Amino acid sequence: MTTNTSNTSHCADNGNPPEHAYTLGPLQVGPPCCDPEPLLRVDNLSLHYADKIALENISLAIYRGCITALIGPSGCGKTSFLSSLNRLTDMIPGCRVSGSIRFDGLDVRSPNLDVQHLRRDIGMIFQKPVPFPLSIRRNIELPLREHGMRSQAEINDRLQEVLRDVGLWDEVRERLETPAQALSGGQQQRLCIARALALQPKVLLMDEPCSALDPIASAVVEDLISRLQGRYTIVIVTHNLAQARRIANYAALFWMQERGGRLIEFGRCQQVFEAPAHRLTAAYVNGQRG
Amino acid sequence: MTLSKRNILSLSLTDKRLARLLGGCALLAALVVVLILGFLLGESWPVLHHAPLTHFFTDASWHPTQHLYNVMPMLTATLLSSLGALLLAGPLGIASGLFMHYYAPPRLAGVYRRLIELLAGIPSVVYGFWGLVTLAPLVGRLHPPGVSLLTAILVLALMVLPTVALIADAALAAIPAAYLRGAAALGLSRWGMIAGVALPAARTGLVSGLLLATGRALGETMAVLMVAGNAVQQPHSLFDSVRTLTANIALEMAYAMGDHRAALFVSGLALMLLVLILVGMADVFQRKATYA
Repeated sequence: MTTNTSNTSHCADNGNPPEHAYTLGPLQVGPPCCDPEPLLRVDNLSLHYADKIALENISLAIYRGCITALIGPSGCGKTSFLSSLNRLTDMIPGCRVSGSIRFDGLDVRSPNLDVQHLRRDIGMIFQKPVPFPLSIRRNIELPLREHGMRSQAEINDRLQEVLRDVGLWDEVRERLETPAQALSGGQQQRLCIARALALQPKVLLMDEPCSALDPIASAVVEDLISRLQGRYTIVIVTHNLAQARRIANYAALFWMQERGGRLIEFGRCQQVFEAPAHRLTAAYVNGQRG
Repeated sequence: MTLSKRNILSLSLTDKRLARLLGGCALLAALVVVLILGFLLGESWPVLHHAPLTHFFTDASWHPTQHLYNVMPMLTATLLSSLGALLLAGPLGIASGLFMHYYAPPRLAGVYRRLIELLAGIPSVVYGFWGLVTLAPLVGRLHPPGVSLLTAILVLALMVLPTVALIADAALAAIPAAYLRGAAALGLSRWGMIAGVALPAARTGLVSGLLLATGRALGETMAVLMVAGNAVQQPHSLFDSVRTLTANIALEMAYAMGDHRAALFVSGLALMLLVLILVGMADVFQRKATYA
């Protein structure tokens, strides 16, 4: 296993160094990835479902403000890895996690941790958009109220802000009270992203956010994700290698080994795709395996 | 989905025979309802024919042999006892459903569910007997005579509780797991998830459970007859003895003749109309909810 976290000065993408890196800035701010600082650090993470091993000995760092793409064939534990970061694995009966996950100095696996607060800081987007069977407005209002925002004016401001951020405002401003489930698939996914953004998370976990969408909606969402870069730390699972290559700063290849899913290679996106250190990576990114 | 199921099926010969058979069965069931309605109307006709409908609301009292047909006290008793039962059993039943799904450990939830199912299987006469022997004296200690509107409400609530609880259970079980996962991923607390996502998602099922329970409470005869006291009077307090429409039919049918008998059928007709209105309400609500 080769784990490459080398700290080259090259930026995989458009980044001018931002003025206020690591804070909520304007959307177009580039990623502060030239000076990587880990926000999430995973060490020796293993994950079991009952007696089956899903992940074994995963160690990697998720850098602040960057997009990290998790790639690899289906069933190699990418989604399980994602769910362990916000403790959604707690909801799965028989799921055991070992190893260490540190988020911003916090021990994610600590039993005393306020999980609700953790999930507020680490938002998650699922493959299939899950708007609740409520109005568009209620969908965004619900988590805000739950996390203690009471003033309607404040809620309206935040609602408008996040809907603008995901480019949905002009499409839905006239029908905020209509059912969210009447939106198209792409709009639903953007609403879900807006709902997660409304809580001003530090990290967004995205589990194949485009794979249930048609190519055009998928392009819109992908564009949105790359605009979020720098403002949020993003971990994205994707089967679309071209997409990973376009938007990610870092890439991690997971692979199913005989004992469970393992991390084969981790490094800067460009390096993983253009100069892979492991033969499996080379085969996978060139479309010969997986 | 714009395709109807009928259009996408191309029927083979066996299918056609089966379809005809099933259609026949369905027709038979529908016909029975129409026949019952027709029969009720036919039997009520003698009294409806020479006494206008207003008699049933404005007459001085219920003395059918003297051509006084005021059913208002009994209609009030029926409506009040059902409403009371629903107010008690509705929240309790929904709370039971929530408990089974979101709070109880799986094994306890299983045992609890079996118990509720058992409760649904107890014959109504047993409820009535228990109400008369145990509950009525307790209520009587608060305020005599004990057999009263309150006792009827309590017994009815107990009887419709399993209906509400089991339908709430089914409605909550039908909520897609993705909603719950999505809610958890937003850091919602358990109660936040229940109130914000689960209850709205299950509302169609919950409301139809409540309406079914109301239907059952309206129609319940034996248990209510045993515990309500059966005095024909407009109730002024929860401790007053009352007679419901159903109890009235059961009590008087044995000796009723002529117009009296027909008047009893009118109250049967009224009950059927009440249930029809309920079903209609459920239908409208379901339509609205599917659209939303």
